[in-house]
Amino acid sequence: MTMQRWLLWAAVLGVVISAAASLFVGPRDITMQTTLAALTAFDPGDGAHLLVRDQRLPRVFLALVVGAGLGAAGAVMQTLSRNPLADPGLLGISAGATLAIVCLIAATGQIHIGASLWAGVLGASAGGVTVFFLAGMNQSHDPIRLVLAGAALSIVLMTVTKVITVNAEAQVFDQFRHWAVGSLQGRGWNILWPSIGLTVIGGIAAIALARPLDALALGQDFGQSLGADPRKIWFAAAFVVVVLCGTATAAAGPISFVGLAAPHLARHITGPAHFPLLLVSMLIGAALVSFANLSGRLIDPASQIDVGIMAALIGGPVFVVLARRLRLNSL
Amino acid sequence: MTATTHMTLRWKKWSLVIARRALWLNVILLGLLFLGSYVALTLGRLPIGPSEMWEVARGTPPSRAIEHVLINIRIPRLLVTIGAGAALGASGAVFQAISRNPLGSPDIIGFTTGAATGALTWIIVFGGSGANVVLAAMIGALIAGGAVYFLARKHGKVSAYRLVLTGIGVGAILQAINALLLVKGDLDLAISANLWLAGSVDGRDWGHVWPLWAGLIVLFGPMLLGMRPLAMMEMGDDLAGPLGVAVEQTRRWMLLAALLLAALATSATGPIAFVALAAPQLARKLGRSGTQPLVGATLVGACLMLAADLLTRVAPFAITLPIGQVTGIIGGLYLIWLLAGYQRQRAGL
Repeated sequence: MTMQRWLLWAAVLGVVISAAASLFVGPRDITMQTTLAALTAFDPGDGAHLLVRDQRLPRVFLALVVGAGLGAAGAVMQTLSRNPLADPGLLGISAGATLAIVCLIAATGQIHIGASLWAGVLGASAGGVTVFFLAGMNQSHDPIRLVLAGAALSIVLMTVTKVITVNAEAQVFDQFRHWAVGSLQGRGWNILWPSIGLTVIGGIAAIALARPLDALALGQDFGQSLGADPRKIWFAAAFVVVVLCGTATAAAGPISFVGLAAPHLARHITGPAHFPLLLVSMLIGAALVSFANLSGRLIDPASQIDVGIMAALIGGPVFVVLARRLRLNSL
Repeated sequence: MTATTHMTLRWKKWSLVIARRALWLNVILLGLLFLGSYVALTLGRLPIGPSEMWEVARGTPPSRAIEHVLINIRIPRLLVTIGAGAALGASGAVFQAISRNPLGSPDIIGFTTGAATGALTWIIVFGGSGANVVLAAMIGALIAGGAVYFLARKHGKVSAYRLVLTGIGVGAILQAINALLLVKGDLDLAISANLWLAGSVDGRDWGHVWPLWAGLIVLFGPMLLGMRPLAMMEMGDDLAGPLGVAVEQTRRWMLLAALLLAALATSATGPIAFVALAAPQLARKLGRSGTQPLVGATLVGACLMLAADLLTRVAPFAITLPIGQVTGIIGGLYLIWLLAGYQRQRAGL
C-alpha cells in the first residue's frame, strides 16, 4: 500500500508545485516579486501585472481544468467501453471537434479562440451523439460495438479533416497545425470561465454516477439485478464523457493520452471502485497537464512547446515504465 | 462443424478443414481483385485496352509510349496498391489475434507512428525526399517495433496486454515527436510532410514494388502456418501451452512477420488509414468466421486498397484525394453501415 500512497502524494504535490511554478515562468522575464505583487496587490496600470493576471493565471487554471476533465472522462469511458485501451476521444469527440475547427479555419482563414471553443463543443457533441446512436446504446449495451462505432466515425471525420488540410491554402494548414497538437497558448479568462462551468457540471455528474457505474461494471445482467437501469446509466455516462472531453478538446485542442493514461495510473492506486477512481483520475490528469504546461515553458521559454506534445512526452515514458514494473489491472 | 458448412481435405497424415463460406468468399474476392486490376490498368489519360495489353505481354507493343505507361507506371502502381492492402490486411489479422482486441492494429501499437516519425524526420529535419523517404520510414517502423517488443519483454515473456500498453506509450511519445516536427518545422516542409502523412500511391515505381512483394511472398506461408497455434492462444496462454503450442515463440515470430509487413506497406505508400483495422473485421463478418481468417483479411485488404485507388482516380472535383484517406472513408462508412444494419435487425424492422 505504501507505493500507492506514495504515488498519490506525488500527484498532489505535482499539481500544487507545477501550478504554482508555472505562474513564474514565461516568455517574458518577470521577477518573482512582481508576480507575487500581481496576485496580492494588483495594479491594472502595470503591464507585467496584467500579463500575470490575464495570461498566466487563466492558463494555469485551464491546465488543471482540462486535465481533470480528461482524467474523469477517461475513467468513465473505460468502464463504458469495457476496454482498457479506450481514450475518451474515441467516442468521436476529438474527431468531431477537430473537423468543426478545421471547417471554421478553412471558412474564415483565421482562428479565433473564443469562437473555436463553441465550434469545438458543438463538433464534439455532434460526434458523441452520433456514435452513441450508431452503437445502439439507446437500446442495449455492447462494448465492442461502441468501440467499433467510435473508431469508424472518428476515422471518417479524421480523413475528411485531412483531405481539407491537404487541399486548403498553406495558411489554413499553418493555423490548424498549431491547434491540432493541443495547446493552452493565448487562452484567457473568456475561455476559462465556460470551461470551468462545463467541467464542474460534468465532474459532478460523473461522481454522482460512481455507484451506478460500479453496479454496471459487473456486467449488464448483474447490474440490472442489483436494481440499476442500464439504459439510463449508459446515457448519463456518455453525456458525462461528451461534456468533459468535449470541453477539454474545445478549450485546448485534442490532447490525447491524458484521458487514457490517467485512469490507468489511478486504478493502480485506488482499485476498481468508481468514487475514488474518478477523484484520483482527475487529480492525476490535472497533474499531468499542469506539469506538461510548466515543462513546455521551461524547456523553450521563447516559443514554448505545446502542452499536448509535452503531456505525451512526459506521460509516455512513465506509462511504459509502469506497464513494465507494475501489474496494471485489466478491465 | 458439419459436412454442409465445412469440408476436409486429407493427404496422408495431414488434413485441412475449410469453411465453405470462407472459400466462396475468397473466390469472389479474388475475382473482384482481377476485375479491379483490369479496370485500374485501363484507367488513365492514355487509352489502353485489352488488345494493347496482350500485345505488350507478347513483346510486340503497339507504341513505345504505351509500353512505357503500362510497364513503368500503371503496373507498378497497381502492384504497390494491391501489395500494400494485402500486407496491411494480413498484418492486422495477426495483430488482432495476438492482442485479442478489436482495436489491436499496427496503428495503435505504434508501428505506423514510428514509420511516420522516420519519414517526417527525413523530410523536415534533413529536407530529404524521394526514395530515401521509404528507407527512413522503414527504419523508423523497425526501431519503434523493436523498442515496443523489448520494453514489453519481462523474464523472457511478452504478455499481449503488456505489449499493447507499451505500444500505446511508445506510440504516444512518437506521435508527440511527429507533432513537434510538424509544428516547429518550416511551413513548406511541413506541408509536404503532411502530404506524405496522407498516404499515396502516386508515382510509385518498381523500386517500391520489389521489397513489398518479396516480403509478402516470403512471409505469407509461415504466417498461414502460424495462424492455427495463434487461434489456440486466443483462448489464453495457460490453455494453449498444455495443448502443445509454443506460446512465446509463436507470438514472437508472428509479431515480427506482421511488423515487417506493416512496415513494408507503410514505407511504400505512407500511412494508410483503417485497412489493417477493418480488413480482418470485415473478413470475419463476411465469412462468419470465429477465428481470424488470414487469407480473407489479406484479400479484403487488397480489394479495399484497389477500390480506394480507383475512386481517387475518378474523383469528380479537382481536389487532391490521397488514397490513405479514401480507404478511411470507405472502410469507415462501410463499418457504420454494417453497424446500422445490425441495429435495424435488432429492432425487428
